[in-house]
Amino acid sequence: MTAIAQRAIPYDDPLPRVWRAVRRASPAPSYLFLIPMAVFSMLPIVYVISTAFKPLEELLLFPPPFLVRRPTLDNFQDLLLATDALSVPFTRYLFNSVYVVVTTVLLQVLICSMCAYPLSKARVLPGRNVIFGSIVAALMFAPQVTRIPQYLVVQKLGLIDTYGALILPAIAWSYGLFMMKQFMDNSVPNELIEAARVDGATEWTIFWRIVMPNVAPAWNTLLIFGFIQMWNDSFSPLVFTRSEAMKTVSVAMIGLTNGPTAIARQGAQAAAAFLMTAPTITVFLLRQAKVIQTMAHSGIKA
Amino acid sequence: MATDAFVPRRIALQVTPRGGIALFWQKYGSSYLFMAPFLAFFVVFVIAPVVTAMALSFTYFNVLESPRFIGWSNYKLLFLEDDVFVISIANTLKFAIITGPIGFLLSFMFAWLINPLKLKTPLALCFYAPSITGAVAMGVVWKIVFSGDRYGYLNNWLLGIGAIDEPYMFLAEQAAIMPVIMFVALWMSMGTGFLVFLAGLQTVPTDLYEAGKMDGIKNPLQEVWYITLPMIKPQLLFGSVMAVVAGFSVFEVATSLAGLPSPLYAGHTIVAHMYDFAFIRFEMGYATTVAVFLFALTFGLGRLLMRALSSKNEY
Repeated sequence: MTAIAQRAIPYDDPLPRVWRAVRRASPAPSYLFLIPMAVFSMLPIVYVISTAFKPLEELLLFPPPFLVRRPTLDNFQDLLLATDALSVPFTRYLFNSVYVVVTTVLLQVLICSMCAYPLSKARVLPGRNVIFGSIVAALMFAPQVTRIPQYLVVQKLGLIDTYGALILPAIAWSYGLFMMKQFMDNSVPNELIEAARVDGATEWTIFWRIVMPNVAPAWNTLLIFGFIQMWNDSFSPLVFTRSEAMKTVSVAMIGLTNGPTAIARQGAQAAAAFLMTAPTITVFLLRQAKVIQTMAHSGIKA
Repeated sequence: MATDAFVPRRIALQVTPRGGIALFWQKYGSSYLFMAPFLAFFVVFVIAPVVTAMALSFTYFNVLESPRFIGWSNYKLLFLEDDVFVISIANTLKFAIITGPIGFLLSFMFAWLINPLKLKTPLALCFYAPSITGAVAMGVVWKIVFSGDRYGYLNNWLLGIGAIDEPYMFLAEQAAIMPVIMFVALWMSMGTGFLVFLAGLQTVPTDLYEAGKMDGIKNPLQEVWYITLPMIKPQLLFGSVMAVVAGFSVFEVATSLAGLPSPLYAGHTIVAHMYDFAFIRFEMGYATTVAVFLFALTFGLGRLLMRALSSKNEY
């Protein structure tokens, strides 16, 4: 099928040809439209970053200047002074966050992908509609309501104030499973799986060597979503843990900016927001570059 | 690509008249083993809480005392006597019907436009950024923009160009609250759907486009319609279901801009109503009734979408 396509046949429709010629000549029109939109989209991040470096007198101006005029590190110093007053060193929160987020996200992606594979690819699977139907249904239940009953479950299992309380309830991620299944449906050719099966590969080998490489953009995207969601989540650590030694960075940030020892200042809040956002942006850049790279290497051809 | 003509090995097993447990296990065991870890966690941490929440909708439950069964009272109250609930439904429907489809289309359009570009990672970050920082930065920035006095950026600008004579209370005037909320929500809508479309576009094999040209595709719009869209149909379905869920569960944007309760309930949504009863008045029973209603609504719409866009047996 592809062998015939040796030279591109030019489009012969007059009007779109102009459009296409422009687009082929340079991507400039796309950029002309996209860059202003991108700048508009980035304004809040720019505002937060610039606020984090504003000195006190600029914070008190009204209306606040959008960009910082004389940048300073005072706000970060304020934040550090405030953390000195805490009963637990700041590194403890950091360790908790990193440990919980990394463990959860890896387990989430692995377990969701494993479950998605038969749901998407098994030819006959008794109970498939019931299972997939209830996962889709769970997606549509407002999470705010299930939190109280979820607390009851965590308490019954004796998990309160353990890492387990932060990790285990997050693993069965309907959203992640739904997404993995959608990608496997179209991106993994059935012929490839059948061929491997005929060659005597075990299901685990097929999953690991054929399915997962072919949906690499999907699980890289899922790593980004999972990381951002877990990193920003302050609800579970607030509700499921009691001792200060089990809290995460997101909770510490809330305490620093709102609590009784708080420095209720916009600058420190912006500094906290800046520190909270930096890791998520780093993870996004690392994984998103992978999403775009992977397809060049995995060589799927129809 | 339709090469479904070969006969796979497993068909031979299926025609065996009697099987029993051993044969059943041989046929499906590995599938269930793959699903087992997820299903175990799913039953304990998702199904059980959801079922509990549904059961609570038939009770009076204030968290301190144990729940007391009161039959359909909550539902009667909800549909017959709660005027604020009717307002919240109207607001939520308005929001979902306008921002859902527009956000979905914008996500696809931006993903499609930036996909062939060299600078796609930085551009993707720019569009995705609002949904990363979401709750943290959004409220602060947009409140200053829409501030009701002459120092708000928007009022300042409108006064400057002479479009208005006195500052307009964007976050207090009943007519302006929902449009402002929808505007901010659209600005934040390049989130999961956008990234999923971007990842989906990566999985479309490039030689399909070559083959399409051979088959007489004339312009880029036909290319999108006949090749790109069918190839990323599963991602489109995912995106549309997420758009419906997000549209109907709008809450944080609304409350962070307009407050809870908002002036004259102009920014009140179904989830805001539920949150009000659950975590402010601690009437958990009534709150779960609202949740069950919302669930029925989104679930029904989700099923319709699945039926319309389902990708089963199509490739």
